[in-house]
Amino acid sequence: MSAATATAPCCPSPTVDAPAGARRIVLVGNPNVGKSLFFNAFTGLYVDVSNYPGTTVAVSSGHMGDDVVLDTPGIYGVSSFNDEETVARDIVMEADVVLNVVDAVHLERDLFLTQQIIDMGIPMVVALNMADEARAKGVEIDVEELSSRLAVPVVPTVAVRREGFDQVREALADARPGRSDPELQERLAALLDRTGTRPEALLVLEADPFVSARTGVSVEGQRDAIYQDRRRRVDAVVAAAVRHPGSRTDLGARLGRALVRPLVGVPVLALTLFAMYEVIGVFVAGTVVGFTEGTVMQGYVEPFLRGAVERVTGSSGVAYSILAGEFGVVTMTVTYILGLLLPLVVAFYLLMSTLEDSGYLPRIAALSDRLMSGIGLNGRAIIPMILGFGCITMATMTTRILGSERERRIATALMAFAIPCSAQLGVVVALLAAAGGGTIALAYGAIMVLIFGLIGLALDRVLPGKSTDLLIDLPPLRLPRPRNVLTKTYHKTWMFLKEVSLYFVAGALLLSLLEVTGALQGLQGLLAPLTVGWLGLPSAASNAFVMGFVRRDFGAAGLFDLGLGGTQILVALVTITLFVPCIASVLIIMKERGKAFTAAVWFGSVGLAFFVGGVVAKLAGVL
Amino acid sequence: MTLLDARPGRPVRILKIADDQARAQCVRFGIGEGTIIDSAETLPLGPVLVRHCRQEICVGRRLAGRVLVEDAVGA
Repeated sequence: MSAATATAPCCPSPTVDAPAGARRIVLVGNPNVGKSLFFNAFTGLYVDVSNYPGTTVAVSSGHMGDDVVLDTPGIYGVSSFNDEETVARDIVMEADVVLNVVDAVHLERDLFLTQQIIDMGIPMVVALNMADEARAKGVEIDVEELSSRLAVPVVPTVAVRREGFDQVREALADARPGRSDPELQERLAALLDRTGTRPEALLVLEADPFVSARTGVSVEGQRDAIYQDRRRRVDAVVAAAVRHPGSRTDLGARLGRALVRPLVGVPVLALTLFAMYEVIGVFVAGTVVGFTEGTVMQGYVEPFLRGAVERVTGSSGVAYSILAGEFGVVTMTVTYILGLLLPLVVAFYLLMSTLEDSGYLPRIAALSDRLMSGIGLNGRAIIPMILGFGCITMATMTTRILGSERERRIATALMAFAIPCSAQLGVVVALLAAAGGGTIALAYGAIMVLIFGLIGLALDRVLPGKSTDLLIDLPPLRLPRPRNVLTKTYHKTWMFLKEVSLYFVAGALLLSLLEVTGALQGLQGLLAPLTVGWLGLPSAASNAFVMGFVRRDFGAAGLFDLGLGGTQILVALVTITLFVPCIASVLIIMKERGKAFTAAVWFGSVGLAFFVGGVVAKLAGVL
Repeated sequence: MTLLDARPGRPVRILKIADDQARAQCVRFGIGEGTIIDSAETLPLGPVLVRHCRQEICVGRRLAGRVLVEDAVGA
C-alpha cells in the first residue's frame, strides 16, 4: 500500500464547530457528478476548506442550519485504493446522514457506492442528479421504483439549475438506512462486538488493510465475493428501475472520443500546451512577474524590509547578511514567494483546474499512457510532469496522486533532473533567442528529451517493485464552471503556500549561512576547473551553476553577462538545466521521498549535468 | 484471447481479470467476470478503450493483456 496513505492511518476528521444534537451530513458520490454544486448551495459562503493530513486532498465543511455539511472527494467505492478513498472513507464512517449524489446517466456505476453505504447501515438520501441529461440521452428512470428497491428517499435534481434542491433538503429529514442483504448483515452482526461500528465491520470483511489494522480485527477477506454479490444486487435494481430504449451520441461525446486518438488528440494537446506556454511562460512569467517581482517587491517591499532590518542589526555584520543580504531570509523569501511563485502558481492552478473540470485532463492521461508506460509510469503521471514546468516544488507534492511509491520516485527524479521550471524556462528561452534560436534551440530541446527518456528507462530498470496500470473512467466533456475553478485555484494555492513557505525560509537561511561562512565561494572555486577545462566555458560560469541552487533562474540569468558563443550557450544551458534543483524543491523532495533518495538525486544531477555538458561540448567541437 | 485482441466495435465477455485491485475497481465500474461489455478497442499509440453502459474506461495495455475475454457476438 502506498506511503502517502500510510502517513494518515487514523482519522483526525476535520473539526467543525457543531452545536449539540447537530447532524453530520456527508456528501458522497462518484467523481464529476456535481457534488460541489450541492455543497455550495447548502452551505453558502462560510465554508472551511482544509487539506486532509498527509494528502493533497481538500475537504470542505460548512453549516446548513444547525447541521454540519462535509464534502468528500469523488470516489467509486469506499476503501483504501488511493488518498481520495482514504479521506472519504474516514469521513463517511463518521456520518450521521449521507447525501449520495448519483449521475442518472451512469446508474450502473454510481449505485455500487450507494449500495455499499447502504450496506454500512448509514441513513441516506439519494440525489438523482443530471435527470435532464439522462432524459436527453434516452435513459428513462422510474424514481418510485428506484426508491422502493433501495428503500431510501430518491430525489431527481438538476444541480446546475438548482432544481430539486429544496426537495433534497426536506428529504434529509426522512433519511434512513436502505435495504441491504440479510445474509451479509448477519455476517456483519457477528463482527460488531469486535469492531464497534457497522461501517468498520463491513470494511474489515472487505479486507480493507487500514480499517483492519485500526480496529485490530482481521478476518479472512471476502472482498471479491461481497463485491460480486453487491454488483448483482445493483444490476437487479437497475434492471427494475431503468430503461434505455435508445442511446444517442451527441457532439460532446464524439469530440471526447476523438481526443484520445492521436490524429486529433496530439495536435489538440500540442495546441493546448502551446497556449499554456504563451499564457504562463510568456505573459505571467514575463509581464506579470516583471511587475510583481521587479517593480513591487524589489522596488518597494525589499528596500522597506532592508531598512527595517537595518534599524535593528545595523547595516553590516553577519546578522544583517543573514536577514537582509543577498539571500536574506527576510528579503529573498518574501520576494520569491509573493513576487515570483504566487503569480506562477495561481496561473498554473487556474489552467489545470479548468482542464480538470472540462474533462480533458483524463484524456491527456489516456493519450500519453503508452509513452509514459515506457518509463515505468502511467498516463496519470502527465499531471505532475506538466506542473513541473511551473514549479518543481509544487509538482513534487502532486506526485502523491500516483499509484505507487515506485512511480512517485521515477516522476520526482525525472522532474528534478530534466524538467526546467517556469522561472528557469523564461531565462532559457531568452538565452536561446540570444544564441540565434533555430539550430541551438532544436539541439537543446532534442538533448533534454533524450536525457529525459534515458533517465526514465534507466530508473524503470533499476528501481524494484511494480508500477500501477492506467484504469480510469473518461468523464463527459463539459464547460467548466468559473466559480468551481476559482475556488479550487484559491484553495490549492493557499495550501501550497502554507505547506512550502517554511521550506523557502529554511532554504534562504541555509544559503545565507553558506555565504557568510565562505562555503558558497569555495564551491564555486571547486567547480571552476571543471567548468573551464571540461565544458569549455569561462570560469565565471561556475558561479552561475552554484547560483542555480538558490533559484534555478538566478543561475541561468548569470549566464547572460558572460558573452558566450552559440555552442557555449548550448553547453551552459544543458548543464544548468540538468544541474541540481532549487533548494526549496530539494527540501520538499527530502520530505516526500526521504534523505537517501534526495542525496542520490542531488549528487546524481551534479554528475549528470557535468557529464552530459562535457559530452555536448566535445561533440560540438568535432561536428 | 485478451482485451488487446478484441475486435473494435464488437461485444466481448469478460472471463478473468488477473489483478486484485483492478478486478475490484472494474466491479465498481459495473464490469465483473462474466459481464458482456459493449466493445473494446486498442487505441493507436494508446491504452485500450472499453465501452460499457455509456461509460468509456481506459485500461493500460499491460493490464489489458491480463484480462481474458471471449467473443460474445450472438451470445
